Amino acid sequence: MISLTSPVETRAHGWPAGAKLGVLCAATVVLFAVKSVAWHAGFASVMLLAYALPGAAFFKTGLRRLWVLWPFALLVGLWHAFTGDAGHGAVIVMRMFTAVGLANLVTMTTRLSDLMQVIRWLVSPLRRFGINTRAIELAVALVVRFTPVLADKGAALTHAWRARSPRRARWRILPPFMLLAIDDAEHVAEALRARGGL
Amino acid sequence: MERSLTLIALFAALVAALGLIPQLTLAFGVPITAQSLGIMLCGTILGAKRGGLAALLFVGLVAIGLPLLAGGRGGIGMFATGSAGYLVGYVLGAFVTGWVMERLYSLPLGLAAGVAAVAGGIVVVHICGILGLIAVVGLTPVEAFFADMSFIPGDFIKAVLAAVITGALARARPASLLSRA
Repeated sequence: MISLTSPVETRAHGWPAGAKLGVLCAATVVLFAVKSVAWHAGFASVMLLAYALPGAAFFKTGLRRLWVLWPFALLVGLWHAFTGDAGHGAVIVMRMFTAVGLANLVTMTTRLSDLMQVIRWLVSPLRRFGINTRAIELAVALVVRFTPVLADKGAALTHAWRARSPRRARWRILPPFMLLAIDDAEHVAEALRARGGL
Repeated sequence: MERSLTLIALFAALVAALGLIPQLTLAFGVPITAQSLGIMLCGTILGAKRGGLAALLFVGLVAIGLPLLAGGRGGIGMFATGSAGYLVGYVLGAFVTGWVMERLYSLPLGLAAGVAAVAGGIVVVHICGILGLIAVVGLTPVEAFFADMSFIPGDFIKAVLAAVITGALARARPASLLSRA
């Protein structure tokens, strides 16, 4: 299944997902409470070290995912340099860098099935209110299946448009795209009902 | 029940698929995508409750690590970036869009969808986004406001598109328009 879990097997893959999320929450609270630049530099180095431990391939993938933060870093950095409060700017940038880094670490070392288990546990109290939690799991599976199907249908419509017109398709393919998608959903609902429903 | 479930799942997948449509990229590498259009459509077509649930499903899947955001981003780390407020705003925005849509029964469909998309998909999403930029990134309210404003023109185009698409769908599949069912 497509997900952001790292194919490089680390020791953290075996740790319980709930515990990892718990530690992540605690770490994020600490990050937002601490205001000193030195501490944040320390936290950021520890986070980078954690990426380096499983090896070069893991480190590279991890850093590539953190790279998306550079526009924010640049914006915040420039603004605080401009207002003459560079220290505060550095804290904001490093805090975000560390918080996102740690969270990505959890995402990279936790399989989707383990995270689903946590979700199942989190929503289990809802059963008392008569909510069907199996429907939530089925919905997740449906989204994972529908997304590539819809992307393919969108691409097919774009190709069909290109075959007939020198202009770009843009939004004009959206109404037929929605029609195809909704008809699909109605068929799947019918199939589910025919197989005994929820 | 089965129908609601598949439509909710479908719209969550639709928001994800709209992120795969080639995007325009704004200055600073911040992408403008059709994903917020998907959020508006959740509300205008599915209504408040189902539309909100579809957006919640989408945001939940992003949180547990599926790369469904534009550019293949995802994971719980997104909630520590400037995107956090917008992700929360997606859920509230889809709900409010649907809620407004259901209240504007007397207006012509396209107009109602446009007004609802602006109220939920623009006003609510951007207020949440600005609050997120203040709380998570630590910008001052004025900075956050200006950082956010650069997205507004594109979003008005998307609100118009949401109205047009909802109108087209109402003609082709009136039974599927749950917000007016």
